[in-house]
Amino acid sequence: MAASLGGGLGAFWAEISSPAAVAALELTFALSLLVVTVNAVTGTLIAWVLVRDDFRGKSLVNALIDLPFALPTIVAGLTLLAVYGPRSPLGVNVSYTRTAIVLALLFVTLPFVVRSVQPVLLELDREMEQAAASLGAGPATTFRRIVLPNLLPAVLSGAALSFGKAVGEFGSVVLISGNIPFSTEVASVHIYKAIESGEQEAAAAVSVVLLVLSLAILVGADVLERRSRRHDA
Amino acid sequence: MVVVNAFGDGIGPVLDALRDPAFLHALQLTVTAVVIAVPLNTVFGVVCALALVRRGSDRGSWLLNSAIGLPLALSPVVVGLSLVLVYGRDGWLGSWLVANGIPVVFSTPGIVLATVFVTLPFVVREVVPVLREIGSDQEEVSWTLGAGPAQTFRRITLPAIRWGVAYGVVLTTARALGEYGAVAVVSGRLAGKTETLTIHVDEQYLRFNEVAAYTTSLVLALLAVLTLVALSVLQPRHEKEVSDVDRRQPGVEALR
Repeated sequence: MAASLGGGLGAFWAEISSPAAVAALELTFALSLLVVTVNAVTGTLIAWVLVRDDFRGKSLVNALIDLPFALPTIVAGLTLLAVYGPRSPLGVNVSYTRTAIVLALLFVTLPFVVRSVQPVLLELDREMEQAAASLGAGPATTFRRIVLPNLLPAVLSGAALSFGKAVGEFGSVVLISGNIPFSTEVASVHIYKAIESGEQEAAAAVSVVLLVLSLAILVGADVLERRSRRHDA
Repeated sequence: MVVVNAFGDGIGPVLDALRDPAFLHALQLTVTAVVIAVPLNTVFGVVCALALVRRGSDRGSWLLNSAIGLPLALSPVVVGLSLVLVYGRDGWLGSWLVANGIPVVFSTPGIVLATVFVTLPFVVREVVPVLREIGSDQEEVSWTLGAGPAQTFRRITLPAIRWGVAYGVVLTTARALGEYGAVAVVSGRLAGKTETLTIHVDEQYLRFNEVAAYTTSLVLALLAVLTLVALSVLQPRHEKEVSDVDRRQPGVEALR
């Protein structure tokens, strides 16, 4: 942080308001928010299926959820490139596009919401749902008014972790996105390029902005999470 | 997919890639980093967990807890940058270290440091819930019976947390093996000198040695699968550790 202010406040502002930096930051936050929203929904769904349903190969699927944790990000990136890149066996080529970034981010953030919601679902007292059903509530209403409020803190905390990971993600994105400034360059890549070209102050400046904005969003998520806990049954 | 691409040109190039001195050096470097980082963070993790749980919730432990969570929240590139700023040639500590012949950035110590930092939280976070759950009753009994702290730790505490520690160690190892961003910034990426396995993948790919890149990825992917297997074996035992409230013998209650 000290380094970023090394060139004085004026230089700091110049560095972080450089069009490429702003574009990279905007792209990063926009895509991360998108990915986190998708994750909140699909993660909860997956957790639901894993807890409430039984099917063959369930323990395998459960173990696979942790794959993004265990796999090096660069390997994930390379695999994405192999499957969705120029030599894709599926004929799908999204290299050098933002779609590729979204795919990469979805992969690496998959486990967070699932693993956050699973224990809560496991502990959930089914009696509440049964009571609601006996009072005439349909499954949708039961889900919306009984289950969801109880799951919300876990979903939010999982989403916050997802967001933190997505915003800083580097290895899985750097290969397939093409890192084109103003188009497919995310903040972490922008910072990396700045470091590699010796512009440590610029890199530090953008890092500070990234940190401050992420912190703001995480604090916001924490506030939301606390609020949602207060309505706990 | 990785398998297909690795063996795309037959098994010969794969073996060549595995015999490449750059690959072997990267392997050795990665293993070195792991072998240093994992035990270090295991010890540190257990100590920190004990400090966090046994001390109760004062301001100091909140600070410690946040500091430990930091590596998880930071982008790996930012981690690398911080290390360069502190330990680089013009860095705060770096200028002194380099002047005294201890290079950190662009050499092995830097890579090890980066690996240690990013794997800091895992053991702590797995052990803390276990420690919370088991409480300090058994340890207190042990003290009243005259056992010293080391003895108490070895015979009471450690067996109680072993699955949490094991689970944390596996996570730490997986993360140490797979770290890319922080190491990419700190290491300088010199083939045969400061490349880890993950960087080797990238470097080979950038030089259009696809077979080498995919082969290395395959090695890493296999290690990841091993990790998953280890995790799924350890998880039920770890869960039991955390939720096993009936560990207390009836006698302890009588002593209160």
